[in-house]
Amino acid sequence: MLEIHDLAARRGNTRLFAGLSFKVEAGQVLVVTGANGTGKTTLLRMVAGLSAPESGEIRWNGTAVAPFDPTLRAATAFAGHHPALKDELTAEENLAALVELAGEPAPREKIRGALDAVSLTRQRTLPARVLSQGQRRRIGLARLTLSGRPLWILDEPVTALDAAGTALLATLVADHLASGGLAVAATHTSLGLPEARVRSLALA
Amino acid sequence: MPSAPASATLDAGAVLPGVRWALARDMKLALRSRAELGVQLLFYVIVVSLFPLATTPERNLLATMGPGVLWVAALLASLLSLPRLFAADHADGTLEQIALSPYPLPALISGKILAHWLTTGLPVALLAPLLGLQYAVESEGLLVLTAALLLGTPILSLLGAIGAALTLGLRAGGSLLALLILPLYVPVLIFGAGAVDSVRAGLGATANLSLLGAGLLVAAVGAPFAAAAAVRIALD
Repeated sequence: MLEIHDLAARRGNTRLFAGLSFKVEAGQVLVVTGANGTGKTTLLRMVAGLSAPESGEIRWNGTAVAPFDPTLRAATAFAGHHPALKDELTAEENLAALVELAGEPAPREKIRGALDAVSLTRQRTLPARVLSQGQRRRIGLARLTLSGRPLWILDEPVTALDAAGTALLATLVADHLASGGLAVAATHTSLGLPEARVRSLALA
Repeated sequence: MPSAPASATLDAGAVLPGVRWALARDMKLALRSRAELGVQLLFYVIVVSLFPLATTPERNLLATMGPGVLWVAALLASLLSLPRLFAADHADGTLEQIALSPYPLPALISGKILAHWLTTGLPVALLAPLLGLQYAVESEGLLVLTAALLLGTPILSLLGAIGAALTLGLRAGGSLLALLILPLYVPVLIFGAGAVDSVRAGLGATANLSLLGAGLLVAAVGAPFAAAAAVRIALD
């Protein structure tokens, strides 16, 4: 369970948000909306433990966690603006490296299976340099499914995905929630998730 | 599903896999972009070769200044390659994933530094005997010069990692890095270049090499933690 208590953020002299509190339980997704520059990315990076809040507290399963807290790191899969791919490595090598970095085993069949599931079978041995933005995003989706993490943090996950990719993302998130996972996502595109699972937060 | 993986949190058992992951990945990336490495090494060779051309072919003078020139060129070659250590990972988002990995960040950074040394410092040290011949450095001097570079170049990579992490994401980070890190390289330069002088003066190089070794140990223990702290600040 993820709890945010009285969170405030400041960038330079601008107060982005203050007094933000919410709770996301197992099986729920928090969808964060708001105009550009209202602090969606900042909020997500705080929840991921990459940035320190100006004030307030983030609790994971009841314990307060500081930025880069080991418990939080072991529980989250963060998908930011950049998909963390190396141009020189193939799709398969990129995915394997990221999964291993998350501390999970990355046997070849598992990696190939995950790439098949995001329709990248034929691109498996291509260097990431020649992949389209949408295909790079799909590698990111494969990484989420293999991460084995209960908390997914998705910053604009729909960017560059086509209709099929968006549908795939929705399925993956729905499966993740159904199996007791949590997610925090900044997106304006409805993923068509069951309403009971969706909590909304609008930043202004 | 996913209960938090019985996790590779901050226990000692996670240190070695972390070092191994970063080392293996950075070596793979370096070998895929061999041209870049070749250019750096060529830069070192050319800088070293310029001095005899620009000064004098007089044997004694060359033998006196040879070790110093090699050391300065090694510093510059190290400096040239430092931005590669974190900047690319920072730009493509890998650094975020590295910082959020369950492996300890200093362990991952140690692996990256080790890969950096293997691809820059080690070739520089191994080329030294060959380049030293241009300066008429006698054989014992060449041996000591190579030993000093083998001990000293890892210190350059370790200290450089701190500077590279501190200047992440800054405009003109490259030139700031040089200003920041070159003064820190001075002790390494003094003891490293001094090793061959001591041999020529008949004093033996033990004192200089021991000091370099001690410096290496201190840097190897401290630098990954300092660089890790700087990386976290850069990501905030």
